[in-house]
Amino acid sequence: MANKLTLSLSPHVHNNDSIQNNMYGVLIALIPAFLVSLFVFGLGALIVTLTSVAACVFFEWAITKFIFKREKNTILDGSAILTGVLLGFNLPSNLPIWLIILGALFAIGVAKMSFGGLGCNILNPALAGRVFLLISYPVQMTSWPQIQQFTNYVDAETTATPLALMKQAVKGNADALNDLPSSLDMFLGMNPGSIGEISAIALLLGFAYMLWKKIITWHIPVSIIATVFVVAGLFYLYDPYTFVSPEYHLFSGGLMLGAIFMATDYVTSPMTHKGMIIYGIGIGFLTIIIRLFGAYPEGMSFAILIMNVFTPLINTYCKPKRFGEVVKK
Amino acid sequence: MKTFKIGGVHPAANKLSADKAIEVLALPKQAIIPLSQHIGAPAKAIVDKGAVVKVGTKIAEAGGFVSADIFSSVSGKVMKIDTIPDASGYRKPAIFINVEGDEWEETIDRSDALVKECDLTPEEIVAKIKAAGIVGMGGATFPTHVKLMPPPGAKADCVIINGVECEPYLTADHRLMLEKPEEILVGTTILMKAAKVDKAYIAIENNKPDAIKLLSEKAKDFKGIEIVPLKVKYPQGGEKQLIDAVVNRQVPAPPAIPINVGAIVQNVGTAFAVYEAVQKNKPLFERVVTVTGKSVAKPSNFLTRIGTPMSQLIEAAGGQPEDTGKIISGGPMMGKAVGSVEVPITKGSSGILIMNDKESKRAEEQPCIRCAKCVSACPMGLEPYLLATLSAHKDWESVEKECVMSCIECGSCQFTCPSHRYLLDYIRMGKTTVGGIIRARNAKK
Amino acid sequence: MNVILIAVISLGAIGLIAAIVLYLASKKFAVYEDPRINQVAAVLPQANCGGCGYPGCNGFAGACVKAADAGSLEGKLCPVGGAAVMEKVAGILGMQAAETEPRIAVVRCNGSCENRPRIAEYDGVRSCAIANATSGGETGCTYGCLGCGDCVAACKFGAIHMNPETGLPEVDEEKCTACGACAKACPRMIIEIRLKGKKGRRMIVKCVNKDKGAVVNKACAVGCIACGKCEKVCAFGAITIANNVSYIDAEKCKLCRKCEEACPKHTIHAINFPPRKPKPEVAPEAAPATAKPVEAPATPKVETPAKEEVKVNESK
Repeated sequence: MANKLTLSLSPHVHNNDSIQNNMYGVLIALIPAFLVSLFVFGLGALIVTLTSVAACVFFEWAITKFIFKREKNTILDGSAILTGVLLGFNLPSNLPIWLIILGALFAIGVAKMSFGGLGCNILNPALAGRVFLLISYPVQMTSWPQIQQFTNYVDAETTATPLALMKQAVKGNADALNDLPSSLDMFLGMNPGSIGEISAIALLLGFAYMLWKKIITWHIPVSIIATVFVVAGLFYLYDPYTFVSPEYHLFSGGLMLGAIFMATDYVTSPMTHKGMIIYGIGIGFLTIIIRLFGAYPEGMSFAILIMNVFTPLINTYCKPKRFGEVVKK
Repeated sequence: MKTFKIGGVHPAANKLSADKAIEVLALPKQAIIPLSQHIGAPAKAIVDKGAVVKVGTKIAEAGGFVSADIFSSVSGKVMKIDTIPDASGYRKPAIFINVEGDEWEETIDRSDALVKECDLTPEEIVAKIKAAGIVGMGGATFPTHVKLMPPPGAKADCVIINGVECEPYLTADHRLMLEKPEEILVGTTILMKAAKVDKAYIAIENNKPDAIKLLSEKAKDFKGIEIVPLKVKYPQGGEKQLIDAVVNRQVPAPPAIPINVGAIVQNVGTAFAVYEAVQKNKPLFERVVTVTGKSVAKPSNFLTRIGTPMSQLIEAAGGQPEDTGKIISGGPMMGKAVGSVEVPITKGSSGILIMNDKESKRAEEQPCIRCAKCVSACPMGLEPYLLATLSAHKDWESVEKECVMSCIECGSCQFTCPSHRYLLDYIRMGKTTVGGIIRARNAKK
Repeated sequence: MNVILIAVISLGAIGLIAAIVLYLASKKFAVYEDPRINQVAAVLPQANCGGCGYPGCNGFAGACVKAADAGSLEGKLCPVGGAAVMEKVAGILGMQAAETEPRIAVVRCNGSCENRPRIAEYDGVRSCAIANATSGGETGCTYGCLGCGDCVAACKFGAIHMNPETGLPEVDEEKCTACGACAKACPRMIIEIRLKGKKGRRMIVKCVNKDKGAVVNKACAVGCIACGKCEKVCAFGAITIANNVSYIDAEKCKLCRKCEEACPKHTIHAINFPPRKPKPEVAPEAAPATAKPVEAPATPKVETPAKEEVKVNESK
């Protein structure tokens, strides 16, 4: 016999899916959003995103090699790149480089690797990095550059985001709402904000791609968006002069980016469809509550991180429907 | 189009031998007939060394209630009763018969003529099926006559004939349906009579349109038989999935069995064997086996005598390819890798799949990224990632609580895992261990 | 000043009330526990290995106290602490310790890569339990060691490890406590908890293959073929052959080493004996000519480190 026969248990075939496939799939889905951000923020978007990716990959490599002392390095599986891109997308395009690196260190070092690396983290690393920066450096993190200053980076002129205007309205300055961009502009991405979050249409394109490639299921994004729409709609019906209409909530801030790309992070989201819907409803609800009544204008990151923490609990109590359960009664 | 409700995957079909007519394989020089070819107690040999047997002579008797008789597939002399490694890789007792000529028992009707009428009572049919040693030919090898005797309190209202053949590569059932449609239909009628029901469904996945068309036409002459085309999805051939797909009933968790929801599932191969046993007095000693694989020169379907060594089938299909890396008895999703080609064909061998070097190695395990694809794929609504982790940590109590016993070991979870985790390896270990714990507990009661 | 006083007094009062409540509660809800249980537990090794068959050392201590009240400590043995600890336990409970001899785990397979050629390759989880369910194994022997190290993982004392050269587990005699965890973990029941023997010397049949001789011969160079020569040569009736495999009863074995000489497959091993002196070179030369090269390196390897420890054990 030429070679030894291999003995292994069934199944003997595999659908050839891999971690890389999924991670790079998400990256491809992020391309439209990145193109819009280049168009809107120019150079700044490029610098911030690339710095963030490079820093995340470097920290992942360094920690695997020097602290874990694992032989096989995992930087090529795409998860660090994805964390880098998502972190960058959640930052303003005029953020200084040293802050980005600090955020990447927190995202990869604290939120991901200190729990054991890919698959073990409790919190979404990119969001943890972003929230760390937001709490520690609120000034830099909330000064948003005006759109279409293609060559300016840290010296870009800043302005208020739609969300900040909404917040002012809730706080009593109803005139602030007059400065809001039109909802079509917000849908297309012509408004200030974090790099990747501005264009709802580009993010929805990515969503469609991921659904088509079966990278994610519809449950989390749809339940978040529906919840936000319903809750924000109720407030709007209650007082249309203080609260903006629900589509503004949907197209503003990190809601689309969060619902489609951050909340659906495999590691930190629930495992069953039922659980995913509960998780999505929780995020949607918390987001609106924070946006309207919290100290910060944006609540998406906090809402996702809070629900991340609940994920193990949801997993424990939301079991899939077992085959034959219905008949048993 | 119908299919089962929960989970499922779509492996590449690779039905390489679908258009290859069934060929009759030459007799082996020596037939090695294992005594344990079915689920349940092994049969007891009733012939001694030196005994002269004919084709169809009973050589071993059922060793218990759940067991089946075994018949010689060749004529010749019993050389010895010894052990031989079977598909499980372990040595099991078997009867070695040196082949001399091809002399059949006189009672067997060897003509090709179709015998449609059957005037036997249900009890007589079951007795005849039992006397022919028929077991489930789809691979589970559960004795057919036991299935036809419902436990007290349960009553069947339909028979489902499984022509799904959802395993990639395998085409034995497909070919049988194309070449013996009327025999299968008569066999189905007999099974209906035996189970005292007047409704039967023949379920076929719609990747076999020729079989659906042919059987639908022929079925017009048979009362109560309906051909049900099903959407392609693995593991549709699983008994519980099939019942769900065809009659929309879900079998509760073990220890419940299909008869509890009024259905009896039989493979098309079994239906054919039942026809031959009841109408032609021919016990089960040969079956159709697919020999296939991407590197195999001539993927084929062979009508093979039980006890023929695998090597002979592989030879007939063009020889063992140079780059053979793994030889599987059965299909790629649920088959068993064998360590030697001398393993004999048994009643449950539906195919031999030869994989090349590249296909045969598993990819390296990577950490679970909790993508939940295994949960979505599981046709039983379990959480494979959780079961595997709990089994690896030997937390048997939790493994049992998470319904490990419902697992049908279809492999969908591992097939779909992007981290290439060996989920089913662990789950099987958990299932075996928990099964043992449950048995011990029941024994104590 | 006033504020401080109020704070001190109020806090003091709360503390006092809490103390009284706690005191009353501890009296009212006290659970009586035999003080001897704690005393016994104190002399146990506290490894909580479960080798005694009870859930941890405290469980065993409780069982010992109960057994002592019932009248005898028979059958109670802490395999880790051995006779020394059991004597102490017996002392505390005012009983006689049941007499025990030290035991040790032995691996009854010698199917190294050399002796047992690999004919297939296992591809799956590195776990013996799973490999055992996959198939008969990588070799022609369906009874021998699978080499995935479930026993190593099961050992809480680091007393068993895989030898990368042979692919077989080796027991560290010094560390082994005979708790039996490895024997339980082995899906093929190759590891046996055996009497350690006088001065640690013992005879072992290093094979558990129940196949017929011809099959064993094909699969392994050193497998037991149940030829019966050892059974015949044994003057003490210590060797029996059942299911095609020979077994030496350690209770009856007098360590004469005749079986070792008689075994044509060198399956029987003498452990911890001093190296053979000239004698065998003269007498049984005729029979096993190839015997020595295989066996000679095997025996002394285990021997040197183990011997001293055996003496230590005895002097205790």
